[in-house]
Amino acid sequence: MKQLLTKSLVWIAYLAVLLILPQIFNSVLAITIFNQMAIAIVFALSYNMLLGQGGMLSFGHAVYFGLGGFMAVHALVMIEFETFYFSIIYIPLIGGLIGLLAAVFIGSFSTHKAGTVFAMISLGIGELVAASSLIFVSFFGGEAGVSADRTYGPPFFGIEFFQDIEIYYLAAGWVFIATLFMYLFTQTPAGRMANAVRDNPERAEFIGYSARKVRFISFCASGFFAGIAGGLFALNYEFITEENLNAVTSGRVLLMAYIGGLGYFIGPIVGAVILTLMNSLLSNYTELWMLYLGIMFVLTVLFLPRGFAGFIMMHRVAWVQKRMQSLVMPYLLTGVPAMITAVSLVAIIEMLHHRGEEFHFLLVTLSSTSVFSWALVLAVAGASIYAVRLSLPRLHSAWEDANKLVDADEDNARP
Amino acid sequence: MLEVFIFATLNGLVTGLLLFMLASGLTLIFSMMGVLNFAHASFYMLGAYFAYSISLYLGFWGGLIFAPLIVGALGALVERYLLRRVHEHGHVAELVFTFGLAFLIEEAVQFFWGPDTKNYRSPDILDFPLFTLFGQEFSAYRGFMIGISVAIFIGLYHLLTRSRIGIIIQAAITHPHTVANLGHNVPLIFMGVFGVGTALAGVAGVIAGPVLTTFPGMAVVLGSIVFVIVVIGGLGSLTGAFIASLLIGLLQSYAIASDLGMPDLLNLLGLEFGRDHPLTDLWTLSLPQIAPIMPFMLLVLVLIFRPTGLLGKREQ
Repeated sequence: MKQLLTKSLVWIAYLAVLLILPQIFNSVLAITIFNQMAIAIVFALSYNMLLGQGGMLSFGHAVYFGLGGFMAVHALVMIEFETFYFSIIYIPLIGGLIGLLAAVFIGSFSTHKAGTVFAMISLGIGELVAASSLIFVSFFGGEAGVSADRTYGPPFFGIEFFQDIEIYYLAAGWVFIATLFMYLFTQTPAGRMANAVRDNPERAEFIGYSARKVRFISFCASGFFAGIAGGLFALNYEFITEENLNAVTSGRVLLMAYIGGLGYFIGPIVGAVILTLMNSLLSNYTELWMLYLGIMFVLTVLFLPRGFAGFIMMHRVAWVQKRMQSLVMPYLLTGVPAMITAVSLVAIIEMLHHRGEEFHFLLVTLSSTSVFSWALVLAVAGASIYAVRLSLPRLHSAWEDANKLVDADEDNARP
Repeated sequence: MLEVFIFATLNGLVTGLLLFMLASGLTLIFSMMGVLNFAHASFYMLGAYFAYSISLYLGFWGGLIFAPLIVGALGALVERYLLRRVHEHGHVAELVFTFGLAFLIEEAVQFFWGPDTKNYRSPDILDFPLFTLFGQEFSAYRGFMIGISVAIFIGLYHLLTRSRIGIIIQAAITHPHTVANLGHNVPLIFMGVFGVGTALAGVAGVIAGPVLTTFPGMAVVLGSIVFVIVVIGGLGSLTGAFIASLLIGLLQSYAIASDLGMPDLLNLLGLEFGRDHPLTDLWTLSLPQIAPIMPFMLLVLVLIFRPTGLLGKREQ
C-alpha cells in the first residue's frame, strides 16, 4: 500500500513537472526545446523497450518513428481536405497504429533470434526502408519530404494549435500517457518475461514460454510507441522527411537510450533530455558539438556502461546507509579538477578548429597562433590533471568505505 | 549489349574485390572476437585520408605503403586499450562501442580534414587506358585495383592456411584456451589480427579513395554494404565473404548498367497502368533505381531463410 502511494506520488510529480516547466521557462526557444524533448522521451523510451528490457539491439528503430510520422502528416493533409475530419489530438494515435502495423509485419520474421542476427535484420530493414522512401516519391515526397498544416482540424475546447505552447501541452499529455503505459507494460507478465528472455532465452523456453513470442510482443509495443513519437514529431514540425526514418535517426535514439542508461526505466528519459539540450544549446556555441557528442558517447560506453541513470543508481547502497555526506567532499575534490581538465581539453580542440582566428572562450580570448593561449591552456590542463591524480585515491577509499555493508560492521563490533 | 555486359562485369569485379578487402578483415575479426566491428569502414576512410595527406609529400606510392601501417597501428591500439575494456560488458556493449567509434571517427575526420571532398588522385603512371574494347577504355588504375586485391586475397589465404602463424591464428579462433596453454600469447594474437584486419581496410581505402572520391561520408556509403556481405557470406567464413563480395559487386554493377524496369515486365505480361495511378512509382521502377537497395533485400532474405549465411557454420 505504502509502495503504491509513493509510486503514484512519483507519477503525480512527473505530471506536475511536465505541466509547470513551460511556466518557468517561457521563452520561445525553451518551448521549442521542450517540444523536442517530449518527442525524444517517447522515442527513447520505446527504444529502451527493445534494447534495455528485451535485449534486442536495433539499428533501424527510426523506421517505425518515420512511418508513423509520415502517416500522421498525411492524416493532417486529409483533415485539411476534409477527407476525414477529427481533432488533431488523435494524430499521435494514428502514428502509433502505423508503427504497430509495421512492427507486426517486420517483427513476424525478425524476432526469431535476438543478438547479432536481429541487429543485422534491423540494419537491413532500416536501410531498405530509407532507400525505398527516396524511390516512392508519391508517399514519401522524395528528398523534400511531405508537409501539412495542423491548424485546419476542429478546435479542441477552443484551442486551434496555432502556437507551439499549445502543441507542448498536447505533447505533454501524450508523453505522460505513453510513459505511464510503457511503465505499466514493464509490470505485466509480458514485460517481465521480456526481461527473462533477454537474460536467458533457453530457461524461458524451458518454463514454457516461446522466446520468440515474448520478443514479438515487446517489438510490437515498441513499434507502437515509436509511431506515437513520430506522430508527435509530425504535429510539432508539420513536415517530415526521409532523414526521419534513416540510419541517422536510428543512431541518435541508440545514443540517447545508451547515454541515459539501459535497463533503468528512467534512463532513456535522462538521455533524451541531455541529448536534446546538447543538440539545441551546444550547437549555438560551437560547430563541433557532434564531435563532443561522439566523444561523450564513447566515454560513456567505456566508463559508464549503465549510463547516467546507472551512475546515479550506483549510490543506492551509500544512500540507504546514509553515508552520502562522506562522499560529497571527495567528489568535489576530484570532480572540480576533472571538469577543469575537460574544459581545457575543449579549449585545445576549439583552438585547433579555429586555425589562428581569435575567439572567446568562457572568460578569455584564445587563438592558436598566440603563445600565451597555448601556455595558459596547457598549464591549466596539466595542473588539473595533476590534481585529479592526487585526489583520485581518496575518492576511491571514500567510495569503498561508503559502500561497506552494514553487517560487516556488525561482525567487527561483535566480541 | 555484349560490350555493356563485359564492362559491367569488369566494374562489378573491381567493386566486388574492393568490398572483399574490407569484408575479409571484418570477417576475420568477427571469427576471432565474436564482435562485428561497426567502425571497420571508418578505418577504410582513415586509410584514404592518411594516404591523401601522405601523397602530398611522398606521392601515391608512399601513401600506399605508410597509410595502411598507420591505420593498422591505430586499429591495434583501439583493440588493446578500448575494445578489450568493453569486452567485459558483453557483446551488445562491444557492438555499441564500435558504433560509437564509427560516429566519432567520422566527426574526427571532419575536424582534421574538413567537410569538403579531397582532391586525392590516382598516380600519373597508371593514368592510361589498359585496353580498349568496343571503343571503350578500361583504365589501368582499375586493372591495378583488381591486381592488388587478388594478390592480397592469395597472400592472405596462404598466410592463414599454409604458414605457422596462420595455423596458430586458426587454432586461437576455435580453442583459445588450449592455444594459451601451449604458451602462445592469445591476447597479442587478437591484437595482431585486429591490426591486420584494419590495415587491410586501410589498403582498400588507399586504392579506392581516388576512384570513389575521398569525403567524410565514404565510410557510411560502404559500411553497411560490407556488413551485408559478411552476413550473407556467413559470419566468420572467408570464402563466403569472397563469394558474397563478388556477388554483390556484380549484382549492383549489372543493375546499374541495365535499362530494364517494371514497365518492361508489365509489357511482357501485357498489363498497363495509367500514369495517375496512386502506385505509379511502383509501376515505373527501374533496375538502376533499386540497385542501391538490392544488397539489403538480399540480406533480409538470407537472414530469414538461411540465418547462418551462405557458408556459415551452424550456430551453437
